[in-house]
Amino acid sequence: MLEVKNVAKSFNLKNLDKGKFSVIRDACFNVNSGECVALIGNSGCGKSTLMRMIYGNYVCAEGEIYIDKENILDLKAIEMSILRKQKMGYVSQFLRVLPRVSTIDLVMEPLLDQFESRARAKDIAETLLSRLNLSSQLWHLSPLTFSGGEQQRVNIAIGFSKDYKLLLLDEPTASLDRENKKIVMDMISEKKEKGSAILGIFHDKEVRDKVCEREIDVSNFSAS
Amino acid sequence: MEQILKAKAINKKFGDVYACNNLSIELYTGEVVGIVGESGSGKSTLLNCLSGSLVPDGGNITYLDRDNNWLDLLSLPEPRKRNLLRTEWAFVHQNPRDGLRMAVSAGGNIGERLMAIGYRNYSQIRAEATEWIEKVEIDAIRLDDKPSIFSGGMQQRLQIAKNLITKPRLIFMDEPTGGLDVSVQARLLDLIRSLVRELGLSVIIVTHDLAVARFMANRLIVMKNGKIVETGLTDQVLDDPQHSYTQLLVSSILKV
Repeated sequence: MLEVKNVAKSFNLKNLDKGKFSVIRDACFNVNSGECVALIGNSGCGKSTLMRMIYGNYVCAEGEIYIDKENILDLKAIEMSILRKQKMGYVSQFLRVLPRVSTIDLVMEPLLDQFESRARAKDIAETLLSRLNLSSQLWHLSPLTFSGGEQQRVNIAIGFSKDYKLLLLDEPTASLDRENKKIVMDMISEKKEKGSAILGIFHDKEVRDKVCEREIDVSNFSAS
Repeated sequence: MEQILKAKAINKKFGDVYACNNLSIELYTGEVVGIVGESGSGKSTLLNCLSGSLVPDGGNITYLDRDNNWLDLLSLPEPRKRNLLRTEWAFVHQNPRDGLRMAVSAGGNIGERLMAIGYRNYSQIRAEATEWIEKVEIDAIRLDDKPSIFSGGMQQRLQIAKNLITKPRLIFMDEPTGGLDVSVQARLLDLIRSLVRELGLSVIIVTHDLAVARFMANRLIVMKNGKIVETGLTDQVLDDPQHSYTQLLVSSILKV
């Protein structure tokens, strides 16, 4: 489902002296449908950078990234935004949403984007939020005032609302308690059974042992 | 995915200064494109050229109308152009006073656009105006009030209702939340976003506010001195900007 070939990344801060630095070179790996692969390596080695390139959030200047046999580096921005909506979910470490939009509306949004009916979108969103132990009292509030763990679960609900072919998870369990961590691990396993390819960054070894088939050490691709 | 508007090599000079220097952009159905840049970068001039309120010195603009014909906008007869502006297009101005008639009631402002496309039944016009004024979260009892006694935020919402009631396909927005306080701004942006999704609208939005751009636009065009310096997916341009000017712009945002 996902194939990364000879990918390299450097940042070039043009307004700074010596603002150019390389992070990753020659990254090669793949993720098949139905498996979960973990990116591991020290903090700062480029795990999130690699993931963001796959999502199209960071520019990838070198190499090839195939999603469902399509090299995303050949796609126009409009085509990439369609590919995201149809095939790729991304749960980032941070919740970045429009203020004053309710939690339930945020979770419904990706479903409505794909022309699900409002009733069905609402149904799916409510089921997900309940499962993630977010009290129904919170559903009609904006998540921006929630605790870190609650915000993370809102992010997870948004990313898991559809059956994406490829799911990118950047530390989805970092600020969750045991009970909720277990729920998220179950949700990951279910997505695998449904055929999603999952690429994740999990600092928690227990999570990796339970849900991941393989690990890829990103420090092997380090450019320094 | 289908294109709805194509502009090629647009040039517009004011005196010796290029406000638009050989600009080409395309817009797809259902897409929101943001144009950002500092004041004087030419973004509003580009919007005005695209929407027909300014005639460019050179270039070519075509639009795919409801009946699937590509229209050459620069050679389109004036009555047809005016008709497009009333029916298939909408323009939301930064200052609601530019888009509203302040001496006419709120309902009159909205109803006027319906009458322009042939509505004649008074009760039907009033019913639709009521529906839309509520959609933009203005109490229906204000329908007969003049917008001159509305707050700035209400005026802006009224302008949006007036523009969207005829179900346009293409909307031009020039700093639609520019003069509003932030609490109103968030509601308004959410409203515009849900309308874009419900009605499948295509939008070109000019803003100098990168946060507005992030939440509204699928794609971003960054302008400086009349030129496009960078374009791409909105989050990519903001999170991994490539051009030195965009990098400066992004790194200068104040965070609270």
